[in-house]
Amino acid sequence: MAYTFDFVDVFKYTDVLAKGVAFTAVLIGVGGTLGVAVGIFGAWARGYSRVKALDWIVGAYVELVRNTPFLIQLFFIFFGLPSLGVKLTELQAALIAMVFNLGAYSTEIIRAGIQAIPRGQLEAGASLAMSRIQVFRHVVLRPALQKIWPALSSQLVIVMFGSAVCSQIAVEELTFAANFIQSRNFRAFEVYFVATAVYLGLAILLRQLMRGIGAWFVFGRRAP
Amino acid sequence: MTEFTLWDIARNLLLAARWTIALSLTAFVLGGLVGLAVLFARVSKSKGLRYGAIGFIELFQGTPLLMQLFLAFFGLSLLGLQTSSWFAAALALTLWSAAFLAEIWRGCVESIARGQWEASSSLAMGYFQQMRYVILPQALRIAVAPTVGFSVQVVKGTALASIIGFVELSKASTMITNATFKPFTVYAVTALFYFALCWPLSAWSQRLERKLGGSHLH
Repeated sequence: MAYTFDFVDVFKYTDVLAKGVAFTAVLIGVGGTLGVAVGIFGAWARGYSRVKALDWIVGAYVELVRNTPFLIQLFFIFFGLPSLGVKLTELQAALIAMVFNLGAYSTEIIRAGIQAIPRGQLEAGASLAMSRIQVFRHVVLRPALQKIWPALSSQLVIVMFGSAVCSQIAVEELTFAANFIQSRNFRAFEVYFVATAVYLGLAILLRQLMRGIGAWFVFGRRAP
Repeated sequence: MTEFTLWDIARNLLLAARWTIALSLTAFVLGGLVGLAVLFARVSKSKGLRYGAIGFIELFQGTPLLMQLFLAFFGLSLLGLQTSSWFAAALALTLWSAAFLAEIWRGCVESIARGQWEASSSLAMGYFQQMRYVILPQALRIAVAPTVGFSVQVVKGTALASIIGFVELSKASTMITNATFKPFTVYAVTALFYFALCWPLSAWSQRLERKLGGSHLH
């Protein structure tokens, strides 16, 4: 039996798709921001703090996250934690899972940037009577972020693709929207094709956005 | 009602882990072969092949793996192929791995000095001879560590095959959860299983990087 493609049947549900895109944007916006914040703290803890235990704890966290699938992390948080008395909504669970996941990856990425800062810079900062925190903020962090900005942008795109999995706990993001439409019109291939194309567009948009944010906040408005 | 002990849960997950390993190996090995072909196209002199390879890589790196799985699962049946979730998962994961491996290996091939290409071409070697005898043996050394590192991504990627109904570690854990009502224990044990599969690979990759990485830089 020959199959005739019908994309019109998908575009009838543009509003559903738009809502899905909005949810995906919230996930990556909130999850991305908090995840990078966790990463900055983690990188500080591993490479800069004087507390040895903190280094080990963050190290174990990074290894645990990087060696288990995001899907299982998400299921553990959403289905597993309630038995400890932690009740979470789907969106809360998804955001926590994303922050937890991205935090570990960005810890390692930012740490690599910090390691590339010459020791002399720290000594120069200290000789200007800067405190350790001031040295970290002004002398270490900004140049480190400049070095790893492309890698961090790529990781955010990867995390956005990972967010597709959040549909499995009924967060109404883009993949959930696609599943919903598919269950209505049975146009599976067309729906997923369109959703894939939208993800492709979102990835390009996110990269541009990261370039803009980088130019504004990280490179000090003098970006190439 | 039957009582499920921790041993029951672990034993059933262990049985399902076989399928995670089988799918990972299939995707990694076939992905490596396809990736090698994409790599040859990506660094070839023909413009058409090069752009074809770039398009392939952008498509599979630039979209979520879950979408690729859905498209493989639903798309193939539209073409009239009887697909199982195993076949669709293996296909999607193979193509996905191929795109990433081709791009990882391209970095390694391009890190070989231009002079090596010129020297081998001055010895009247053809393209495939250059690759076979001069470029790949050198690139291979640099490629080992990141390739082992990527195998971790493949193992984790197989978890998504559960969503199209392939019974591997993740799907089994969901099924066992539904039977036992012990999500905390089941998903924690599942995470440990994945960790046991992935962590040795990660550690090996890091060791290789230390051992093989530095020698080429200077």
